[in-house]
Amino acid sequence: MEPISIEGTAKTPSVQFSPDGVIEIKGRSIPENSVEFYKPLVDWLEEYKSNPLEKTKVNIQLEYFNTSSSKCILDVFKKLEAIHKGKNEVEINWYYEEDDEDMLEAGEDYESIIRVPFKMIEITD
Amino acid sequence: MSFNIQDYYSELNNGDVLLAYKGSISSELINNVLDTIESKLQDFDEHSKIRKKVYNVLVESLQNLYHHIDDLPEEYKREFDERFGILVVSREDERYKISTGNFIRNNHIEDLEAKINKINSLDRDELKEMYKYILNHQKLSEKGGGGLGLVDIARKTGHKLDYSFRVFNDEYNFFILSVYISN
Repeated sequence: MEPISIEGTAKTPSVQFSPDGVIEIKGRSIPENSVEFYKPLVDWLEEYKSNPLEKTKVNIQLEYFNTSSSKCILDVFKKLEAIHKGKNEVEINWYYEEDDEDMLEAGEDYESIIRVPFKMIEITD
Repeated sequence: MSFNIQDYYSELNNGDVLLAYKGSISSELINNVLDTIESKLQDFDEHSKIRKKVYNVLVESLQNLYHHIDDLPEEYKREFDERFGILVVSREDERYKISTGNFIRNNHIEDLEAKINKINSLDRDELKEMYKYILNHQKLSEKGGGGLGLVDIARKTGHKLDYSFRVFNDEYNFFILSVYISN
């Protein structure tokens, strides 16, 4: 599998998906049309899911995301949930900035929907 | 007499206004507004928690407009830009106010009003459940909207959605939504 490497913009996050089992999404995700941006990522995970590594490490560090992205991010997590159900380890690290209770709560919302344990990591200055 | 948008815009556009705009709500405009407000909030040295809430709510408000503005009939297209909307961001009594306005077809009012009333009837935990339910069960529309914008705004601000519909003509109303962000 080819890795995905996308640089961040003012409205879209930076993305690093590596076949070595490390998946990262960082920055801002506020595009008007989020499906266009996330579809290749979800497709990549669908392929990775067929032959995942024993352990997949996921780092999500978003500063902002809009509700249009929230559904696409859930699609990403659902692929990871399937890998987890297939008895492969999935570690999800959800980063949020100090005092950003909304972002912490957003992580908790996802955790309760996909039923894969999240590690909530507060970033302090 | 029909609702006068210019008068309303002038009325909103006083006090401590950070930004006021009327015209086409394009993707580019959204970028410019977000940049402007972000730098103003930084200049105010606003607490990061409030800064983020204002930014988040502004994104949802603008993208709600972008996805949902109803197209006007031909005879008004000379008077109003395509995807015409208004936006005013102001600061009053230690709180931020984001007001948006857009045309809505009369036959769309009932659904929107029912949705807002439903949101306004819910407490914090119920809003969280509603958000999670829509997130998990509703597909994105072709327009890219997910039906989550208003729920998200209500959740993040912790305030009721303040709205009104003003009669514009036989077919259209002008929908005004104001949301408040405070500590």
